[in-house]
Amino acid sequence: MKKATTVEAKAKEIVKKHGGDKSSLICILQDIQNEYNYLPKEALLAVGAQMQIPASRIYEVATFYNSFSLRPRGQYLIEVCAGTACHVQGAFNLMDRLKRDLGVECGETTKDNVFTLEEVRCLGCCSLAPVVRIGGNIHPYLTQDEIPKILRNYRKQG
Amino acid sequence: MKKISSIDELKKAGEKGAKSLFPSSVKIIVGMATSGIASGADKVYEALDKEIKKKKLPYILAKTGSMGMDFIEPLVDVIEKDKPRLSFGKMTPEKVPQLLEQIGKGNIDKIKPIYRTDAEDIIAKCEKKHYLKGNVSEYLKDIPQMEAIPFYKKQIKIATRNCGVIDPESIDEYIARGGYLSLHKALTTMSANEIIDEIIKSGLRGRGGGGFPAGVKWQSCRSAHGDIKYVICNGDEGDPGAYMDRSIMEGDPHSVIEGMIIGAYAIGAQEGFIYVRNEYPLAVANLTKAIGDARSRGMLGKNILGTNFSFDIKISKGAGAFVCGESTALMASLEGKAGEPRAKYIHTVEHGLWDRPSNLNNVETWANVPVIISRSGKWFSEIGIPNNSGTKVFSLVGKVNNIGLVEVPLGIPLKDIVYDIGGGIPGNRKFKAVQTGGPSGGCIPASMIDLSVDFDSLWDAGSMMGSGGMIVMDEKTCMVDLARYFIEFLVSESCGKCTPCREGVRRMNDILHDICAGKGREGDIELLEAMAKGIKDGSLCALGGSAPNPVLSTIKYFREEYDAHIRQKRCPAGVCRALIKYEINAKKCTGCTVCAKKCPSGCISGEKKKAHKIDQKKCIKCGICMESCKFDAITVK
Repeated sequence: MKKATTVEAKAKEIVKKHGGDKSSLICILQDIQNEYNYLPKEALLAVGAQMQIPASRIYEVATFYNSFSLRPRGQYLIEVCAGTACHVQGAFNLMDRLKRDLGVECGETTKDNVFTLEEVRCLGCCSLAPVVRIGGNIHPYLTQDEIPKILRNYRKQG
Repeated sequence: MKKISSIDELKKAGEKGAKSLFPSSVKIIVGMATSGIASGADKVYEALDKEIKKKKLPYILAKTGSMGMDFIEPLVDVIEKDKPRLSFGKMTPEKVPQLLEQIGKGNIDKIKPIYRTDAEDIIAKCEKKHYLKGNVSEYLKDIPQMEAIPFYKKQIKIATRNCGVIDPESIDEYIARGGYLSLHKALTTMSANEIIDEIIKSGLRGRGGGGFPAGVKWQSCRSAHGDIKYVICNGDEGDPGAYMDRSIMEGDPHSVIEGMIIGAYAIGAQEGFIYVRNEYPLAVANLTKAIGDARSRGMLGKNILGTNFSFDIKISKGAGAFVCGESTALMASLEGKAGEPRAKYIHTVEHGLWDRPSNLNNVETWANVPVIISRSGKWFSEIGIPNNSGTKVFSLVGKVNNIGLVEVPLGIPLKDIVYDIGGGIPGNRKFKAVQTGGPSGGCIPASMIDLSVDFDSLWDAGSMMGSGGMIVMDEKTCMVDLARYFIEFLVSESCGKCTPCREGVRRMNDILHDICAGKGREGDIELLEAMAKGIKDGSLCALGGSAPNPVLSTIKYFREEYDAHIRQKRCPAGVCRALIKYEINAKKCTGCTVCAKKCPSGCISGEKKKAHKIDQKKCIKCGICMESCKFDAITVK
């Protein structure tokens, strides 16, 4: 966990960058998440104080949108596409395999903090179904069989 | 960069762009949309760059968006002076040296192009520009022309006119293909009312799903009271299975920007917003670059193209909420709030963003606008069928051979899309249905393959156009599971504001889960139908109002599959895990042991070179044995 004071300072800096306009709240949260990989509580409280928005409303926005996470994520985010094209091509089998191989449920992070497993609502790569995005890289036409090797490679990269 | 303030300066920029589109030296272009990159286009680009530098070849290397032919990506085009543009599919870094070797030698003995383009139809300028000068050489005669290959034959490219042709980062190339000429025409020769009349005449209906006439919406927003008005581009393409808006934003961002500026001028708006899905990073990057370029060239900002009109655009990134595709929810999100829809009787054209008149159209709708202004509303209205004019981009995906984006005139028979363009179903399997309209849509069964694909016919068939996702399904797709999939999607995407949607959809989900798990009861179908009616009637927004559609349309056309699940505890398509079992056909099994090695639960046993067996008690039904068997020996029942 980062020290609260630095998190607060960073959050304030990000608010300042957006000019403190209340309609920028989502952009501000996105920038904070880019910085820390999740939304630290200290940062949200600092944003609220700075922008004079009640913490309850920030919490509402942070929990309404799927892309925000209130828990720290691992080094690599694994997003299993749950779009229709991926579903009919058996994406659910990939999700099950990942759960088994990583020993986590969807939404959880592995104990070594390397991977966080999540589901995403269509990556718009329907022609390559089924796809899984890992650390921003799209893996097309993925089969269950390839998963162990791919996970090993990411672990090796460190 | 100097600002453009006259038609001459605009034409000059176009000439510069034309030089790079029709170069005098060899040019190699790689399709680098998200789908191209995911298929390995970035590695092909790197290999080309390295090899060209190593051999000190005087070739230009460039990037472009997607032609829509996703099934042959990565796609590389080669232009040599006065020769047809050649397109090479399924490129790999390994093939790069061979490709470079044959360029300039005047042959194609090493790698064959998939098709050639002798001339480019520049639709926004109503002009044909030739790559080929003179006759086509003997060795290229057998290579089909682009417009002759089945995938393209029935397509008309208006909204996707520049995708896969221009470099999305080059404003000059966009101008060379007629870009910003419509804007100039609109600003200097047309009144706001004339523009709106032209859009009304064109019959353009919103491409985001609702199909509301765009011109009428513009008119209402123009007439609304208020000095400050907004135009908004909905780039929150949330329908799973649809990605045409991504492709346009990535491959031709200026077409959206130009459409919005024309719209803003007609409506009287000073500010515009593009709301893009967070899941589309390349679209955000290309739009950001395009907006910056448009601003520095005088198409955005103060005194656009030297006129009195001023307007600017901001990009706003979504944060992952399907409901934000709904206009009022999107506007709430733009205001920095949770994206909850509100009642529709307060029209957004009067009270929209920050309670001010706001006109929202989606990406594809905006991209059509410049062509309508340049070619006239009448021209556009003659494409397609009455009341459904123009073209629509569909993402043809799922169990079909030619997967990709296709832009076809409205009113085309479904059969033409699935079979002529899509090339039919892979593996000689039986075509079962097409799902359109995303989670708000429904399924069109094989028996209705002759259906005209337009807003009204799809609606009458119990589905809808939506944003144009077209997911083809074969006999291995379970329709009950598909209905369950959509309902589950909607359970997690319901914003929770009104009870029928929040609680009702959840209960439908429970029932569907039970049916798929073999716990369905007599009367479940009737219960689903009754609940669907309540949810449809009682929900505030279109998400809830259309949520039961996938269930209703699958019950309507595939009731026997529901019956099989409920009464016989059987999944005819072999998908629902609780109702299926994998078996090994002893006659076909060669005892190669591949499945036994791959089985994660260790439930397959047998001696080498002898038929294997599956222990049903241990089987977790992951299907990997079936995926890996080369002898077709695994069956699912």
